[in-house]
Amino acid sequence: MNTEVVIAGVSLKNPVMTASGTFGSGEEYSEFVDLNRLGGVVTKGMANVPWPGNKTPRIAEIACGMMNAIGLQNPGIDVFIKRDLPFLKQFHTNIIVNVCGKTIEDYCEVVERLSDEPDVSMLEINISCPNVKEGGIAFGQDPKAAERITSEVKKRARQPIIMKLSPNVTDITVMAKAAQEGGADAISLINTLTGMKIDINRRTFAVANKTGGVSGPAIKPIAVRMVYQAANAVKIPVIGMGGIMTVEDALEFIMAGATAVSIGTANFANPYATIEVIEGIERFMENNGVEDIHELIGCVK
Amino acid sequence: MGEKRKVRAVITGLTKLAEDIFSMWIEESFMAGSAKAGQFLALYSDSAERLLPRPISICEIDREKGRLRMVFRVAGAGTEEFSQKKEGDSISVMGPLGNGYALKGKKALLFGGGIGIPPMLELAKELAQEPGCEVQAVLGYRDSRLFLKEELEAYARVYVSTEDGSAGTKGNVLDAVKEHGLTADMIYACGPKPMLKGIQKFAEACHIPAQLSLEEKMACGIGACLACVCESKETDSHSHVKNKRVCKDGPVFSAEEIVL
Repeated sequence: MNTEVVIAGVSLKNPVMTASGTFGSGEEYSEFVDLNRLGGVVTKGMANVPWPGNKTPRIAEIACGMMNAIGLQNPGIDVFIKRDLPFLKQFHTNIIVNVCGKTIEDYCEVVERLSDEPDVSMLEINISCPNVKEGGIAFGQDPKAAERITSEVKKRARQPIIMKLSPNVTDITVMAKAAQEGGADAISLINTLTGMKIDINRRTFAVANKTGGVSGPAIKPIAVRMVYQAANAVKIPVIGMGGIMTVEDALEFIMAGATAVSIGTANFANPYATIEVIEGIERFMENNGVEDIHELIGCVK
Repeated sequence: MGEKRKVRAVITGLTKLAEDIFSMWIEESFMAGSAKAGQFLALYSDSAERLLPRPISICEIDREKGRLRMVFRVAGAGTEEFSQKKEGDSISVMGPLGNGYALKGKKALLFGGGIGIPPMLELAKELAQEPGCEVQAVLGYRDSRLFLKEELEAYARVYVSTEDGSAGTKGNVLDAVKEHGLTADMIYACGPKPMLKGIQKFAEACHIPAQLSLEEKMACGIGACLACVCESKETDSHSHVKNKRVCKDGPVFSAEEIVL
């Protein structure tokens, strides 16, 4: 049975990765999960300097999901390289560093800092965080800006680049094509959907940022639809995510056209979720006589 | 693999202590074996509608029988669900989480406010076993519907304050301290933010070291998601910004290191 997939020349032993921002840099979850078994670990977004993030409360629960406005708090790329990367290098998995910034120069600085790190397999460029005022989403909702930042990052990146797309757009295929046009090696989607929750007892917003990114099973059908549309609009591989809790959810994304999937919010409800999905894929393939995972990728037309 | 785990644990006891306050014992010998006073557990709903764990402080640890006790307040649909479970039912739980209190000093002053009272029981029990340690506890309630007071009296000299004055000192826990002229060489506290803020000031004015246990909305419970941070005075060595993770670096912080 073959569960290996290849994205931009990078081999993943199985198509299951973590979703940025839900798994730190792997250390905390390594108490629950053998990181060697994962197709890849996608880190929390890293900027050129430490970011303090937003005020609390930063999260709220919603029906079948959650809303977050962490604000991309991170210790900065230097700390990541010095502390987190050596930790991750101990494992036989792909290290995919999520990169965030406020300006194109910020993104490029992080990407250049990582160019001497051969243990980093790929870079995921976050142009879709809805919770920071500048940067991020500013590039993720305008196809021209998305194409431009993609090509600027691509010029400087030693590793393949994955552009992480926002669902907060009118037509996801326009953004997917813009990333491809800019030279992206792959795209990942969906980031969170912008939402709002009111705390009626305190008569205020449930998260301090007023709005937050909605994730979890509540958004899964939207994510599957967008992955399907994007996969059919571009030639580069698509990494699918958005509310995957179980193997059945992961298979929906794969059949819709995702070459790999990321598990995010599910980690909070079940720290073993990644491993359970990996084992579930193997079981599904065995039970259904599937020899190669590629038989499933995009099989629903 | 580490010391934390997530399991399905059997509920060995569930009783109502006061209006909306419930006491739950679970059987979990692994967690009971390593848990410390001041740590917490993450309890999960059985409903797919509620994904995030509820952080609940550990009220008692029975290492011999491998059991843990939690006393919680029904504050929403999740805790409502927990309160309606029955003895013999099971519940998903992750832990033990957080750092817990460091047992220090010879004259301890414990402050528990509302649903911050439960962790004081295990703490008082452990402090009472420390040779020569005098344990005093000030418990702050809304009204005369007291809970855990009698159980705490087995390990500590207990003082009570109520907001409406229906039991003990009228006012807050610091009013009770004034009334009784209490002193200490170590303060331990858990309760609502305004109470902790008052204790932080009081401790600074009296030059008494204080350990404050904070509460914040959590998602992962293990330090990965950075949802439950609190402001720190200095740049934190892990985050490299001025905040700390309540679930992992806390929930217990030294009063001097945090901004409330």
